[in-house]
Amino acid sequence: MAKTIAEINEKIKEGKAVVVTAEEIIDLVERKGLEDVASTVDVITTGTFGPMCSSGAYINLGHSKPRIKINRVLLNGVPAYAGLAAVDIYIGATELAVNDPLNEVFPGEFKYGGGHVIEDLVAGRKVRMEAFSYGTDCYPSKHWEREITLQDVKEAVLFNPRNAYQNYNVAVNRSDRVLYTYMGMLRPELGNANYCSAGQLSPLLNDPYFRTIGIGTRIFLGGGIGYVVWQGTQHNPDVPRTETGAPRLPAGTLAVLGDLKGMDSRWLVGCSFLGYGATLAVGLGIPIPVLDEEVVRCAAVSDADLFAPVVDYSYDYPQGTGKVIGEVSYAQLKSGWIEIEGKKVPTAPLSSYPRAREIAQTLKSLIEQGSFLLTEPVQLLPCPARDKAYQEGGD
Amino acid sequence: MVRRKVVLHFPHEQVDQPIISKLVRDYDIDFNILKAFITPREEGLMVLELSGEEENFAKGVRYLENLGITIQPLSQDVRRDELRCTHCGVCTGICPSEALYLKRDTMEVGFDEEKCVACELCVRVCPPRAMQVHY
Repeated sequence: MAKTIAEINEKIKEGKAVVVTAEEIIDLVERKGLEDVASTVDVITTGTFGPMCSSGAYINLGHSKPRIKINRVLLNGVPAYAGLAAVDIYIGATELAVNDPLNEVFPGEFKYGGGHVIEDLVAGRKVRMEAFSYGTDCYPSKHWEREITLQDVKEAVLFNPRNAYQNYNVAVNRSDRVLYTYMGMLRPELGNANYCSAGQLSPLLNDPYFRTIGIGTRIFLGGGIGYVVWQGTQHNPDVPRTETGAPRLPAGTLAVLGDLKGMDSRWLVGCSFLGYGATLAVGLGIPIPVLDEEVVRCAAVSDADLFAPVVDYSYDYPQGTGKVIGEVSYAQLKSGWIEIEGKKVPTAPLSSYPRAREIAQTLKSLIEQGSFLLTEPVQLLPCPARDKAYQEGGD
Repeated sequence: MVRRKVVLHFPHEQVDQPIISKLVRDYDIDFNILKAFITPREEGLMVLELSGEEENFAKGVRYLENLGITIQPLSQDVRRDELRCTHCGVCTGICPSEALYLKRDTMEVGFDEEKCVACELCVRVCPPRAMQVHY
């Protein structure tokens, strides 16, 4: 029996909606079957918490007196982009403090960057702002320095051009030296394998064809409310897929946005990667409306049904060869070791599964309480495979 | 038989003395050096695993204390900031002694301080910098 988002929202408002997490639905489908679950469950919640480099925030600082048209700006010593209107700036997660020694002494520690600035602001801590300009008739001031807090800036909006990667590489190192990468420290000769996805809880792995997640979808973002505003950069739905449609390679991505003032530093954590740089760990969760059996079928995937490509970060990744040296399931990855080229290799995640679970549970509670309504996407994200697979359904 | 990981702080005037070799010879204590360095203030710092018969061990510790060397159990020195740790798990891939490990049922990161050898790899690898060293 097909349902509409409007019908599901009515049930949410009445406090009658049945909500389960993408983890809980696996057992439920096994016990009761697709048909039963599709008719009794209304929403499936997902979650992910991991480093997402393509994140940042735009801020309007409010006007100084006399006014300034900011030309260059630092937040706790970290440059923000100022090529916007007078006091609008954009702080990117991977931007580094001007006095950071970078990789001069290898591997660099990258202790403080844009992600840490965002975390400090969200945590309510004061941030030192210093702005420079050249002076104009309408904006005469050339220097402006003060402490800012999230509360006293005019607007602050988290705007991440690429989050929630649908699947990701498992990084290994086949060379004879230690590598320091955005996938963590990789020991030589296949000494370890690092992966980065919530697997069976990951938002886009539960809606592999983007049938319900689209532009305008309301989401959990950084502890507050956000929206999907576009497909993310590098969105690439045109990849090989499993029987249930799950991509076998990194595929779709989301551009997301939300009011930073409503967020929480538990879900936006500044991170440093040895030898690589700084970034921001972002908590993100998406509710999936159970429109039909097909939605349930796609969301009922477990870690054993989801596969990630193994990529050598000593040569193939940096040189962009596109070569994949193996494929492993998330169940194998979560067991603690995988086998590559006949060698037993220990695994470690970069993405926090306990936090992903907490996000899916939080979203579930919010919907059950009636304080989080679902939205109809105003436009679906590009996905030729969906258009082909669901042609008759008129998607 | 007693086996303990300890941190020894040597005062400036003891840095050039063959103290550990006397510990081995006179008190029959086995040692495994996990780390050793001299601080900018010229104090020595050594992280060791010591093992020996209970009586000898106690005597050995007294000998060290009488020389003005302070002895701390290692577990007090590498700590996890519980508020900062996001339980991502990346540290578990580099921890050589499996002191940091994933609890497979919840995927939370466990920290067994007894197993920690204070190599400090986790301190620099932890993305939110939740692992800290306090010597």
